[in-house]
Amino acid sequence: MNIAVVDSGLRELSYAEAIREAMDIALATDPRVVLMGEDIGVYGGAFQVTGDLIDKYGPDRVMDTPISELGGAGVAVGAALTGLRPIFEFQFSDFATLAMEQIVNQAAKLRYMLGGAVSVPLVMRFPAGSGTGAAAQHSQSLEAWFGHVPGLKVVQPSTPQDAKGLLLAALDDPDPVMIFEHKLLYKMRGPVPEGAYWVPLDKAEVRRTGTDVTVVATGIMVHKALEAAEVLAGEGIAAEVIDLRSIRPLDRDTVLASVRKTGRLTCVYEAVKTLGIGAEVSAMVAESDAFDYLDAPIVRLGGADSPIPYNPDLERAVVPQVPDIIAAVRDQARGAL
Amino acid sequence: MPDSNPENLPFAIRHYSPDQLRGALRKMILIRKFEEGAEDSYTRGLIHGTMHLSIGQEACAVGACMALSDDDKITSTHRGHGHCIAKGADVARMFAEFFGKETGYCKGRGGSMHIADVAKGNLGANGIVGGGLPIAVGAALSAKRLGTGAVTACFFGDGANNEGAFHEALNMASIWALPVVFVCENNKYGMSMSTERSTAVAAIADRAAAYAMPGVSVDGNDFSAVAETVEGAVARARAGAGPSLIEAVTYRWRGHSKSDRNRYRTKDEIAGWMAQDPVPRMAAMLRAHGVLEDEGLAALEAEVADEIAAAIQFAKDSPAPRVDHATRDVLTPSAA
Ligand SMILES: Cc1ncc(C[n+]2csc(CCOP(=O)(O)OP(=O)(O)O)c2C)c(N)n1
Ligand SMILES: [Mg+2]
Repeated sequence: MNIAVVDSGLRELSYAEAIREAMDIALATDPRVVLMGEDIGVYGGAFQVTGDLIDKYGPDRVMDTPISELGGAGVAVGAALTGLRPIFEFQFSDFATLAMEQIVNQAAKLRYMLGGAVSVPLVMRFPAGSGTGAAAQHSQSLEAWFGHVPGLKVVQPSTPQDAKGLLLAALDDPDPVMIFEHKLLYKMRGPVPEGAYWVPLDKAEVRRTGTDVTVVATGIMVHKALEAAEVLAGEGIAAEVIDLRSIRPLDRDTVLASVRKTGRLTCVYEAVKTLGIGAEVSAMVAESDAFDYLDAPIVRLGGADSPIPYNPDLERAVVPQVPDIIAAVRDQARGAL
Repeated sequence: MPDSNPENLPFAIRHYSPDQLRGALRKMILIRKFEEGAEDSYTRGLIHGTMHLSIGQEACAVGACMALSDDDKITSTHRGHGHCIAKGADVARMFAEFFGKETGYCKGRGGSMHIADVAKGNLGANGIVGGGLPIAVGAALSAKRLGTGAVTACFFGDGANNEGAFHEALNMASIWALPVVFVCENNKYGMSMSTERSTAVAAIADRAAAYAMPGVSVDGNDFSAVAETVEGAVARARAGAGPSLIEAVTYRWRGHSKSDRNRYRTKDEIAGWMAQDPVPRMAAMLRAHGVLEDEGLAALEAEVADEIAAAIQFAKDSPAPRVDHATRDVLTPSAA
């Protein structure tokens, strides 16, 4: 899992540590910041992301909530509306479903409904994705659902560096931001700058340049796409890998510029393929002048039309894997060689 | 000498036959050994994902299911192995599920957290805290409308009582006088949060008052007390008098799941509860009332050990599901 931004001057942190460091900086520098969530105190969070922050900041700023997602999210919305800067951790992204009302009807719409008189500067964190054997109710990738809701911002960091910078940017943003963190990335290590820095909430990042095929990937799929690109390079196929990073808003310019260059587009995402992020990215290309540059049909690789199964072989089979990406891109690039 | 005045005998001794009582003890031992076997298989890498063990809580599951027939329903929780066995499941098919096999109760699609046995009335464990509460009310609504006479027992934890679904479910069960018994297994913690920190009332049973139904708190490690209370609530439900809330106070010995550092409770507290092990307590009661001899207990234990060993073997030998069948069972095939 190699990332193009390696700078030997930087320390290595895990993705979870990078997120914790961002929260630590926020708590230390802004008295309005409070963390809320289930078992984020002495337990340290289900994925040990908050870790020992409670020892440093105490239970008034690192608040365990009861198992009350709807109420908890609503309290965070109300607090954000009135002067606090809550960072609300959902124990699993799947439990966003219990808080749908507050996220979709309240957080996303209050500012608009009130004619711009208020803002909801709320940051929500969601451990997401499959690969842990936790089955259908603890493995979903629901980010596209929220990408459909005007008023929300939705990001998916794929590296420790972005995880920290996007969280700090989310905290600085006046509107509700949802951060989908892939559970399998928490232990991934990578270079992370010290101190505060901000990664824009609306910019994709080109992780590898290439001239034959544009691969637009999200979250953990960025790493799978990079692995595939490495193999394909050995076959003489130069894939350009774009880490979409933000689901809402989409970084149109970066994607279109790349497609104009390569003339081929493959989208790779873990969420269910049907009606997903790939459909939106494809449509964005099809509706633009970049359409004229296409030399092959667009390909989307996404999750199967099924819930995530428990059995590990089945679980792997229902989301795109490196060989799937290699095969799809190789197929698509055939005409280019 | 046990008291010979029947009035002073424990409810279970008065109410159940010796065979029923030995059967109940056998189920409690089976649950304990099943979970120890599952834990061991997990450690050996035969089971993946996570699991939530109910070791220490066996009297709740078995006591509560005494009043239920195969036609009655239960809804269960993420900590649902005990409920499943208490309702009559075959441990071989449970192990097969945990091993991700096609012969498992969910064909390897669900695992520990979604274990179910629909044929025996177990509508399933649930990965969503509080998820089963409204579903149980729906099952009770069916029973009432369809006149089946079935009662639904709804298991849930103390943590679930702070979900909106709990409050909405109890209210609807009450306004429609539905045949459902809410059985809260209060094991003192929802993950790391104690009931003292999470819950505004001292006893979860107190919340029944808000929904105009009886609320009773019992010693959840006392098989007889659990059985007596649930028998009463089930009889009331069958008679059309509506729902009840029962709080069975118990304790989970193990961590919440496989990744728990136990930083929210003390070793002393755990040891104190382990001293009140519900399984020997039940055995002692049966012995005291002449229902079980020492040899009888040893024979039960040996029988259970064999059953567990055979079940694990069955699971190991069972076929894995076909990968190209991963997207089956998402929708129901059309009758045509
Ligand atoms: C809606 C929802 N929120 C959070 C979780 C994560 N979670 C699983 S079990 C659990 C604790 C549940 O506590 P309790 O209801 O007391 O049951 P116990 O684990 O003690 O048996 C939590 C927080 C979940 N599965 N579903
Ligand atoms: Mg509990």
